[in-house]
Parts: sequence; C-alpha cells; structure tokens
Amino acid sequence: MKYIDEFRDGDLARGLAATIAREVDPARRYRLMEFCGGHTHAISRYGLNDLLPAAIELIHGPGCPVCVLPIGRIDSAIELANRPGLILCSYGDTLRVPASGRLSLIKARAQGADVRMVYSCAEALTIAQQEPEREVVFFAIGFETTTPPTAVVIKQAAALGLKNFSVFSNHVLTPAAMAHIMESAASVSLDGFIGPAHVSTIIGSRPYEAFAERYRRPVVIAGFEPLDVMQSILLLVRQINRGQARVENEFTRAVTPDGNVKAQACVDEVFELRDRFAWRGLGEVAHSALAIRDAYAAYDAERRFDIPMRVVADARACECGAILRGEKHPAQCKAFGTGCTPEHPIGACMVSSEGACAAHYTYGRFRQPAAAPATESKS
Amino acid sequence: MSRREFTQAIDFRHGRVDMTHGGGGRAMAHLIEALFVKHFDNALLREQNDGAAFALPPGTGRMVMATDSHVVSPLFFPGGDIGCLSVHGTVNDVAMAGGQPLYLAAAFIIEEGFPLADLERIVVSMARAAREAGVPIVTGDTKVVEQGKGDGVFITTTGIGVAAPGIELSGDRARPGDAILLSGSLGDHGVAIMSARENLALDSDLVSDTAALHRLTAAMLECAPGLRCLRDPTRGGLASVLNEFADQSECGMHLREEAIPVKPQVAAACEILGLDPLYVANEGKLVAICPPEDAERLLACMRAHPQGRDAAIIGEVTADPNHFVQMSTRFGGVRMVDWLTGEQLPRIC
Amino acid sequence: MCLAIPARVTALCGDNQARIELGGVQKEVSIALLDQVAVGDYVIVHVGFAIGKLDEAEALRTLALINEMGAPDTAMDLSA
Repeated sequence: MKYIDEFRDGDLARGLAATIAREVDPARRYRLMEFCGGHTHAISRYGLNDLLPAAIELIHGPGCPVCVLPIGRIDSAIELANRPGLILCSYGDTLRVPASGRLSLIKARAQGADVRMVYSCAEALTIAQQEPEREVVFFAIGFETTTPPTAVVIKQAAALGLKNFSVFSNHVLTPAAMAHIMESAASVSLDGFIGPAHVSTIIGSRPYEAFAERYRRPVVIAGFEPLDVMQSILLLVRQINRGQARVENEFTRAVTPDGNVKAQACVDEVFELRDRFAWRGLGEVAHSALAIRDAYAAYDAERRFDIPMRVVADARACECGAILRGEKHPAQCKAFGTGCTPEHPIGACMVSSEGACAAHYTYGRFRQPAAAPATESKS
Repeated sequence: MSRREFTQAIDFRHGRVDMTHGGGGRAMAHLIEALFVKHFDNALLREQNDGAAFALPPGTGRMVMATDSHVVSPLFFPGGDIGCLSVHGTVNDVAMAGGQPLYLAAAFIIEEGFPLADLERIVVSMARAAREAGVPIVTGDTKVVEQGKGDGVFITTTGIGVAAPGIELSGDRARPGDAILLSGSLGDHGVAIMSARENLALDSDLVSDTAALHRLTAAMLECAPGLRCLRDPTRGGLASVLNEFADQSECGMHLREEAIPVKPQVAAACEILGLDPLYVANEGKLVAICPPEDAERLLACMRAHPQGRDAAIIGEVTADPNHFVQMSTRFGGVRMVDWLTGEQLPRIC
Repeated sequence: MCLAIPARVTALCGDNQARIELGGVQKEVSIALLDQVAVGDYVIVHVGFAIGKLDEAEALRTLALINEMGAPDTAMDLSA
C-alpha cells in the first residue's frame, strides 16, 4: 500500500530511534503531547514507547472526538432517536459511548430506537431520500477533517430540497482545544506538540503559528504512520534543545500552509463558530465548536427539534481532565482498570480506543504493574 | 414411512415460504421431502424418524458433540453462504475438540415470505458441503416464523463425532514454552462479509475462507498426538482465542506480528474501516498450541494439507501471572493484544 | 483522530464521484472537496470523501529525510 507501507519500516524506525537517543539530553525530560487520537493509536499499535529513550514522555491529548463528546449531547441524541418514526444515523464510533442512566445509542437501539450505523454521512442522506416519510437525523461528530463532508451533505440536501433530513452538529475545533490546554496552569510542563495530520490537511499548517508563538512551544505536524511520529519526535527534540518554538511540517506530502481551501470554504458556508462548547473532560471551551448557519437552519436538528440540552457533570471519580491536560498518567487515576475499563468506561479517556486511558489499558498496561505508576518524580 | 402423494410440485423458482411450511401438515412434509431429503439424501435421513439412531464405530474413545447457530447477513457472500457455513462451523467445532465428525443435525428457522429459490440454493450448498466433508445430515427440523420475526433464515447445526483414545485437547493445557501455530491468513471471512454489505460497498476479489477443517485436524493429531489446544478463531478472531487460552491455561502469550499471515486485501479493507485483522472473524482457520519440540513437524504437516498451506508458527506461550497476550510489532515495539471490547465496528476516528 | 487512508484514483465516475483502490480493494468516494482530480492521483479518503491529495515528491523527500536522520553517522546536532 503506497504511502503506508514505506512509513511503517522497522529498520528506518530503529535508525531514527538511535538518533533520538543520541540527541536527547539525558538530564532533562521531554514532555510531548500528541494532540490527536490518531497519533495515540499509532504509538500504541506499533509499541513506539519501546523505541524511545526514557527521557521522552508522550502525553495523549484530547484529540478524539468520541472521547470529548459531552454526555449531555449523547443523551440528546438518544432522546431524538427514541422519537417515533425518526431515524438517527451516526458513525460506528459513537454507538457504544456511555450516556446517562447506563444508556448508549446501541442500547437505545435494542430498546426499539431506529439507530443506524453509517460509514459516510452521505449514506444518511441516501436513507433520507429512500424514506421520505421519516425524519432522518445525522448525529455528526468530528474535528476539522470530518466537518467538510458533513457540510457537503447539508448543501446537497438543500440542493435536493429534502424536507426530512437534518444534522445534529457536534463538530469541534482543534486549535481552540490546544490553546485551552496551554491556558491551564499545569500545562507549563508540556514541552512541545505533535500536531494533527488529517485535520491539518484541511486547515493547513498556518493556524498553529499563532499558537507556537503565543505559548512558546514547538509544534510539529506529523502524519499518522509510525515513522512520521518518530521523525516528528526527533524534530521536536531538536527544537527544544535549541530553545526554539516553531511550527514545522513533517507531513508535507498531505499538508500545505493553506490547507484545503475548497473544503474550508464549504465549511464556512454552512457552519459558524459557537461561543462555547462543553468538552467532556475539559469543560467549557470558548469558540471551540461549530453550529449550522441560519441559511441552513432547516437542516439543523437543534432548531428543527426541541432537543432538551442537558448538562451532565463528568464523573467525579475520574481524572480525565488532568490526564487530557497532561498532568497525570492514566495509571495514576484511582478508577483506572478497576471502576473504569473499556467495557464500562466512566470517563472520556476510556470511551474510545484512542482515548489516553483506553489506549494504555488495551495496548500498554503490561508495561506498568499497578503498584508503580509513572510519576513526575521518576526522572 | 410410505411415500405421500403430492399433487402439485413446489414452485422453487417463484414460490415463497409460508406459515403452512412449518405447520406440521402436508405442506411441511412436502417441503421436507422435495427439498431437504432430496438434497441431503442419506440412509438415516430417508428413514424419516424424528431422530437418527446409529452405532458407533469400533474402537471409539470419547464422543464429541457440538452445536452452533448460524445467523449471517448477507445470507450469500463471496465464497459461500449460510448453508455451507452452517456445515463447516459445526464440523469445525467437533474437530477442534479432537473429534472426527460422524453426523450432523440441522434445524431451520425460516421467515415467512422467504423465497423458496433462496432456500433451495442454501440447502443445495449445505448438501454439497456435507458431502464434501463426508458428514451426512441425518436429522433436522423446520420452523416458520411470521414475517418480521426472523431475518430470512437461521440455521442451527449440531454435530456428533468421535475422538480416538488418548486425544486430549483443551484450552487449559497450554504451557510456557509451547509453540502457537496458525493455519493460514487472518480475516478473510469477516472482510468478505463486510465488503458484501451494501452500505460499505467495498469491491475486491476476496472470498470467505469457509471450509471444513476436520481432515486437517486429523492429520495434525496423527503427526503430533501431544497437541495441547485447538480452536477456530471465528467471531472475535485470533486475539479472542489466544486470550481465552491464556486465561484457561493461566499463562501469557507472545506473538510476532511479522509471522502472522494477512492478505493484502484484508489489510487494506481493515485500513479503510479502522479494523484490526487480529479481531476479524475466520471460518476456515485454526489456532494450535503444541509442545516446542513438535512445532516444526506439525508445521510441515499443516503446510502439506490444502487447508494449512499458509500455516505459520506465530509465537509462543509465556509464563505471565497477568495472562496477557503480547505482540512484538513489525515496527520493533511491543503491544498488548487485549480482549475485544464489545463488537468490532467500522470507525471513522 | 480522523481515520483516513491514501488511495489511488482509478476512475472518475461523474457527479463528483470517483473510484479509488487500495491493496486490491476498490470503493467509490466523493471528490466534491477537491479541485481537479485525475486518474492516477493519490487522495486521502475520510468517511467516503477525498479530503486531500498526496504529493509524491514531498513523500519521497520526507522518506529521504527519515533515511538521512536515522543514519548512524548523523552528526550530533546539539550545537545551535
């Protein structure tokens, strides 16, 4: 598979690992946050920690749209799905996310709701065309990568004059969340960021420049293949050693400074910024999500249906906030692996396989006997 | 039982199953005779009793019994259908317990309105699979449920087999140092099924691996009677079987990713859908655990068999109080291969 | 994250649709988010949409850089 296999070469990885090991200053720690779940996944799936020197600490950020989806929004989706005659379509990722009262979309389906898993938002539109007598709602999640397809589909629905299709938008924005993390006090311990891959394909590398400058932290945009991650770590180490805070682009094969302008224009036509949006685990983040514009109000499920917007507090037992900000390691949460497991997630980080806790539980927990969690004092 | 007179032939081209086909009356008897008995034809079934009575072969050690219900969507998929699948699935369950299957029973739950042409296609496929496996379907049952109360057709098959004296296979017999063998490439069935689902619309030349494995297991048991564990990685895939073995045997497992065969189409489809081939279903593969000294011999024996041509030694059993299954990745790291959480769904993130 | 894969465009199907191929698997996707897609192009596919094109020259450059940076004789670069 071109553009995949060559970026999974173990021999090249060992070369990079040796260079990283040579160049790190053993007297210090490099605390690097990979914002995206895609990087978390690559790190876990390929066991990258084994290739990195102890001085490098990778912190899994909040870049998993499933994890950060607030419980109240899923409650609303379930409430919608339970309405007689309504079909709720969503990506497979959202179906198992736990909502209030031990419910989830998949359990709502078992209780009679018409919930359908789609691979593409375009399928939801097709279902609406095939079943004109029924209301079809697409429960939309995702970052900048996933938003343009939703925008295309809303525009298509408008062009077709569909009367029974709408979108429940939960699209969120990456730079706002990165800034939110840096605004929290504990973030001072983060030394650099591995920047998003496919999000950046859409938005380009430019939006990170203000971030790097303002917070004095290097950002290296990296592809999701393991060699991309290794190389971006090396680039970050070099910047940190030199005291630099620049935006570098490792994923030049798919990311330009300006990004996909056509996709941006499409999103801009259909969506507008929300003043604030609640992120599971992080709380309210200003200007961090998108709502559907007035011009497309007819396709906005939030306006079309009287959806009760509930605010559900995050579980008190869990340390998701601190974990998402890089203040704590999953194993330092009391609920980790006991009350909170991938089967029965309590907090955001355990919800999807890309969450920090789920990734550690599923792929990495053999590394840490429960008695010896990683701590800041280890270095 | 005397032959009944049926005045009108069943229209297998255009007809549909209706409630009378399960009602116990003449229509049901007609369907059984014109479809099931005709295609499954064998001496025991021809007796048309409610059960089949048979003698055991001489020198039988222990008996093995297994049952499996088959629900699959779509019913027809590249490389097979629910019919042959229902034969292979149960033949394999008997074989994994070390048994050589002798007879099968088949129970059909059919939804009212199901096209008779499709039912006939399924029965013909079952009959062929049973014939090729040399395991006759000797008794059965047919029920019809009202429209909307089934999904076309469900088939439950039960198999009876015999294990030679001395054969003892069980998931709790793995020991540290033992070798883990896999009979061929992973994920063919699961990906073929998913590709055939209309909403995913993936096209490839990949076909399901559905196959009966009892001849392969017979050869393996003859070559390595000390074989400890056998299991077919169906739902939940290789990862689930190894976690079951690790739990039952109270040990760990360590795999080498580069040794695990995966076809390029399966790898590609998994990339597209966000799935892991280690968790995707197979219907014609087995996992074996044997003492290390038997491993090479067993591997050669498997490779000499058509169902084991791509067999490989994929790892070894380890001592691990946590019973973790781990894997050295192709990339040079180590990761866990944990139990599957829920079912594997295509994902976008 | 956003699960997306690079795939080769094998045919344009009109109506902003194209067929893509990866490892022997084909699928139809939307190219509504891209300008000027041609057969033979590699695109990044996400939820059934091509969201970006791949630049082969840049990919080769990145791989060359990875090779170079991972070479055993890479000079210690701690000076600056």
